[in-house]
Amino acid sequence: MSRTHLGMPSFPPFPEAAGAAVHNATLRANLRHATHTIRDRRAVAVAELADWDRLREAGRQIKDHTLRHLDRYLEQLESAVTAAGGTVHWAADADDANRIVADLVKATGEREVVKVKSMATQEIGLNEALAAEGVSVYETDLAELIVQLGDDRPSHILVPAIHRNRGEIRDIFRAEMGNWGRAARDGLTDDPADLAEAARLHLREKFLRARVAVSGANFMVAETGTLIVFESEGNGRMCLTLPETLISVVGIEKTVPTWRDLEVFLQTLPRSSTAERMNPYTSMWTGTTDGDGPRAFHLVLLDNGRTEVLADATGRQALRCIRCSACLNVCPVYERAGGHAYGSVYPGPIGAILTPQLRGIQSEIDASLPYASTLCGACYEVCPVAIDIPEVLLHLREGVAAQGGKGHRMEKAAITAAGWVLNRPGALAAGEKLLTATRALHPKSPPGAGAWTGGRELPELPARSFRDWWRRNRR
Amino acid sequence: MTVTPPSSPSSSSSPSSRERILARIRAAVAEADDAPAPTRDYLVSHIPDDPAAALDLLHRNLTDYRATVHRITAAGLPRLIADVLEKHGARSVAVPDGLPREWLGATDAEARGDEGPLSARELAATDAVISGCALAIAETGTIVLDAGEGQGRRALTLVPDLHVCVVRAPGQIVASVPLALPRIDPTRPLTWISGPSATSDIELDRVEGVHGPRKLEVVLLLAG
Repeated sequence: MSRTHLGMPSFPPFPEAAGAAVHNATLRANLRHATHTIRDRRAVAVAELADWDRLREAGRQIKDHTLRHLDRYLEQLESAVTAAGGTVHWAADADDANRIVADLVKATGEREVVKVKSMATQEIGLNEALAAEGVSVYETDLAELIVQLGDDRPSHILVPAIHRNRGEIRDIFRAEMGNWGRAARDGLTDDPADLAEAARLHLREKFLRARVAVSGANFMVAETGTLIVFESEGNGRMCLTLPETLISVVGIEKTVPTWRDLEVFLQTLPRSSTAERMNPYTSMWTGTTDGDGPRAFHLVLLDNGRTEVLADATGRQALRCIRCSACLNVCPVYERAGGHAYGSVYPGPIGAILTPQLRGIQSEIDASLPYASTLCGACYEVCPVAIDIPEVLLHLREGVAAQGGKGHRMEKAAITAAGWVLNRPGALAAGEKLLTATRALHPKSPPGAGAWTGGRELPELPARSFRDWWRRNRR
Repeated sequence: MTVTPPSSPSSSSSPSSRERILARIRAAVAEADDAPAPTRDYLVSHIPDDPAAALDLLHRNLTDYRATVHRITAAGLPRLIADVLEKHGARSVAVPDGLPREWLGATDAEARGDEGPLSARELAATDAVISGCALAIAETGTIVLDAGEGQGRRALTLVPDLHVCVVRAPGQIVASVPLALPRIDPTRPLTWISGPSATSDIELDRVEGVHGPRKLEVVLLLAG
C-alpha cells in the first residue's frame, strides 16, 4: 500500500539537519531556555501527586485495552456521536481526510475556516489541501499563528514556535499581521503580554465572523460520544463555540472507552504537558446542543498509517501517546537539534518512533530517525502512558539494519572478520604483536567516513598485549 | 448560508473506508495479547475528606493561577458583585437565563439578558458576564460549567472580558477530578476553567490573558 503522508516534503536525514541546527546559536539558546524551564516545572507538578506511578500505569492500561479492542470502541463511538446529532466520517489516509473536510467546508458555502491547533490536521497537510481548494485557513493558537505568519514549520508538539524567542516573534507580528488581517499596533514591544494582546486583537475579528471551524481532539469517549480539547488561550473555546459548523479530525487511537477513564488523563496530561495542575480551559462536547454552539458537527476518524503501527507488537505502544510533549522537553538530542531536524510534524523522541512507523523506513530521513537518540531513557521516565521509547527505537533500528545500506554492510563485514580472528588464537596473537609494534603509526579515530566512526576515537593501545603481559608476569 | 444539517447522510464518507479501517484493526490485533481493563489503584482524592480543607485548597489554587477569589455570604453578594464590576469599570453585564436576579440588586451596570439571544458581536461589546457553575474542583483549582441554570450558553462566559463566577460552598465543591466526573453530565456542553485565559507559547513562560476572559473573579458563596 502507499505509505502515509505526514504533511511535509522530503527532508535531509537527521544527522545532516541536526548537524546544521547545532551551529545555530540562537536556536540552541531558545531551546535550552524553554526546555529547561518546562522540565523543572513539570517535575514539581508531578511530585504533587503521590500516586503518579499508579496513574501512569492506569493510563497505560486504558490505552492498551482500547487499542486491543479498537474496532469495537470505534463502532461504539460512532453510534454515540451519531445519536447525539453528529455525523461520523472515516478516512483511510490523508487524501481521504482532506477531501472529506474540503467537501464539508464547500457545502457550507464558506471560504474561511478558523482552526484549533491539531497534530492530526498538520499530519495530513490539511491547510495546504484547503488552500488548494480556495479556502483560507486561519490558525488561532498563538504558537501556530507565529508559525503560520512566519511561513515557518512547527518544531514542538505543544509549542510549535518554541524555536522562536520573543524578539523574533515581535518582528514576525510587525511584518506579517497586516497582510492577514488586523495589523499589529505601532511600537509593539517584545513583552510576552504585549505580544499576546496583539494576537487577541488580530484574531478576535476572525472569531466573531467565523462560520466554520476545524479542530482535532485530545480524547474521544466511546460510551458517550464526547470529544475533549485541552487548551490554554481560549482560541479553542472560540472555535468550538461560535461557528455554525464544526469539523473535528481525530486519529482513531484517541479513543478511550469510558467517561470515567478521563479521570486519569485529566490528571496526567496537564501536568506532563504544561506542568499545570490543570490547563486553563478544557472543552467537552457531545454531538450538538440546541441553542448552544455549532448546529452541525462532523467527526472525521483518521487512520493514515495507524493501523499499520497497531500491527507491530513492539511498535504499537507508540499509539498510546497523548501528545503531551514531555519527552521532547527532557531529550538531550531534541534540546540541541531542535524540532525541524526530525523532518516531521512529530519531533523529538516520540517522533523518532512514530514517524518511521507511520511513513515507513524507506526514505533516508525516516531510516535515520531511530538513531536520533542516545538511548538515555529520560523520555520513558517522563512518559505519562509509559511508552518504552528506547525499546521501540532499538526495534526500529533492527528493521533499518535488516534492510541494509552502506553503513550496515561495513558493520556486518567488520563483525564477520572479528569473529574469524577471535576463533583463531594464533592469528589473534600475531595480530596483537603487529598492532603493538606499529603503535606510533595508528590514527586517532577509526577509518571510514560514516557517522559512527566520525563520532568516536580509537582507544590508545598499550605497549604490549594482555596475553604478552600474562606470559611474563603470571609467576 | 447553508449549513449541513447534522442528520444529512454524509456524502463524502465512503462506506468502504469504514470497513477497510475496521478490517485492518481486526487483522492488526488478531494475534495480540489480551489487555485487561485498568486496575485503578490510584487515589480517589489527594486531600482529607473535609469541606473546609477543600474550600481552602480551591481558594489557594484559584489564586495561584491568577483568578481573584472572594468569600461572602448571600447577604453580601449583591454588594460584592457591584464592587467587582465597578473595580473593572464594567458598565454592561451579560446575564444567563436562571441567574438569581437579586445578585444584580446592587449594581447599576446594564444587565443584558440572553433571551434574544445575544449575538457574538453583542457579547464582544459587553464588558462582563456573571454566572454560577456546575462544580468546582479543589485539587486543580477548576470550575466546571455545564450550560445549566444561571450559566448560560458557552459563548456567554467566553466572549466578555471579565467573568464573575459564583461557586456555592460547600455544596458545589469536590476535592478531586475522580470525585467530580460522576457528578457531571457528559451529554451537556462542558467547559472546565482553571484561571483566566493564558498562554505558554512564548518561551514556555505563562502569560495571562489571550482570547478568553482575561479577568476571572471567583466568588465563594458561603452558607449562613
